[in-house]
Amino acid sequence: MAKKEKIKLAFYWAATCGGCDVATLDIEESILDVVNIADIVLWPVAMDFKYKDVEAMGPKSIDICLFNGAVRNSEHEEIAKMLREKSKVMVAFGSCACFGGIPGLANVANREQIFNVAYKETPSTVNPEFVIPMTECEVRGEKLTLPEFWDTVKTLDQTVDVDYYVPGCPPVVDRIKDAVGIIAKYAETGELPPKGTVVASDKSLCDECPRERAEERKLKWIYRPHEVKEVDPNKCLLDQGILCMGSATRGGCGARCPNVNMPCRGCMGPTAEIKDHGAAVLSMIASVLGLEGEESLSDKEIEELVSNIKDQLGTFYRFTLPSSLLKRVIIKANREK
Amino acid sequence: MNKDDFEPKILGFACNWCTYAGADLAGVSRFQYPPNIRMIRVMCSGRVEPLFILKAFAIGADGVLVGGCHPGDCHYMKGNYKARRRIELTKRLLGQFGIEPERLRLEWISASEGKRFAEVVTDFTKEIKELGPCLLKSKTEG
Repeated sequence: MAKKEKIKLAFYWAATCGGCDVATLDIEESILDVVNIADIVLWPVAMDFKYKDVEAMGPKSIDICLFNGAVRNSEHEEIAKMLREKSKVMVAFGSCACFGGIPGLANVANREQIFNVAYKETPSTVNPEFVIPMTECEVRGEKLTLPEFWDTVKTLDQTVDVDYYVPGCPPVVDRIKDAVGIIAKYAETGELPPKGTVVASDKSLCDECPRERAEERKLKWIYRPHEVKEVDPNKCLLDQGILCMGSATRGGCGARCPNVNMPCRGCMGPTAEIKDHGAAVLSMIASVLGLEGEESLSDKEIEELVSNIKDQLGTFYRFTLPSSLLKRVIIKANREK
Repeated sequence: MNKDDFEPKILGFACNWCTYAGADLAGVSRFQYPPNIRMIRVMCSGRVEPLFILKAFAIGADGVLVGGCHPGDCHYMKGNYKARRRIELTKRLLGQFGIEPERLRLEWISASEGKRFAEVVTDFTKEIKELGPCLLKSKTEG
């Protein structure tokens, strides 16, 4: 292969656990293909580049930016905007950047409530003066600054324009390899897939799940995975009463959770046709739960059945609260903000 | 805003076969009810997805009324049973989102119950007035 000029690649992490960065390394020797065709210019978790190095670069001088993590404070937003300006292609990498992910569940609370719990109320916290992070404070005549913590977690595409999405918590190796393939093709030919492409299956998880499903679904009760003594490894988890979100969730992960007897929690986000992941799952569950003898069920029995699903919001919107229709929980004290 | 000045916006989903016909009867019979309700005809109360309800609140509704056939009377046999389970679950979800579950109501109103339709709308409007504006609205506006 003729020696071509290498493309420039940036990685960034915002509100995330770091799992996406680790998953990037899970592609093992394929990572060598990446460094063969690309120079990495920013990767806070693995390499020592400074923001000011990137700042000094001209607009659109980075080819591809893989951004993982939700946008939760002013630093995340600042860097996201900077990287957008410097990058030709912005990729939301991982569920947090795509939909808000687990950090997005913080949208059930606001900053005040989060600080109260984290810096005051937890039993292991000793903080009598209630010292909390502030954007500015003076220590021995020096001004120290911190990014501003927000009330609401946002997704990457609510902050900047996003070209591609690689969902998953973290994205599976095969999908990362697909993304690497896109990068390699771009380095080779300069060609890119259409904007808005999601690097995953267009079908739901059920399409690739090997479990057998019943002809007609009837759920009498919802169990949590640990409450079922013996999970049949061949039968659909939903048919066994375990709340599996697969039917409303995008495939492409290879059904790695159902394959090990764990229900789908929806980390790949909704399929292309679904606008609100949680509402779709709710609708699906309500359709099959309590179907048998529905005529004779009293309102009280239905209440019991339904209340058997613990924490509806946290279950249905586990990975997608910031990208849902309502985006966050309303808090009365927060009203004027 | 003064509570007496507050005119809630209520969205009504009415099934084609019972509640919508009931509303029609209320109109033909000239039963009076508050003008706060805006009706959308759906073929069945079982057609009302949770997404419709969430969207109604997101774009400024203060209350959502879903009307269907009485149990056993569904034109499609079982659509209203499905609606019953969905609405119950949606109510709980709304509660977690910080929207009072009372803002969502499911009522069975048959085609012959024009009077009852007027009563339900009057009562629901009164209840929503007492609850005040849905906080979500002030949030999306601001």
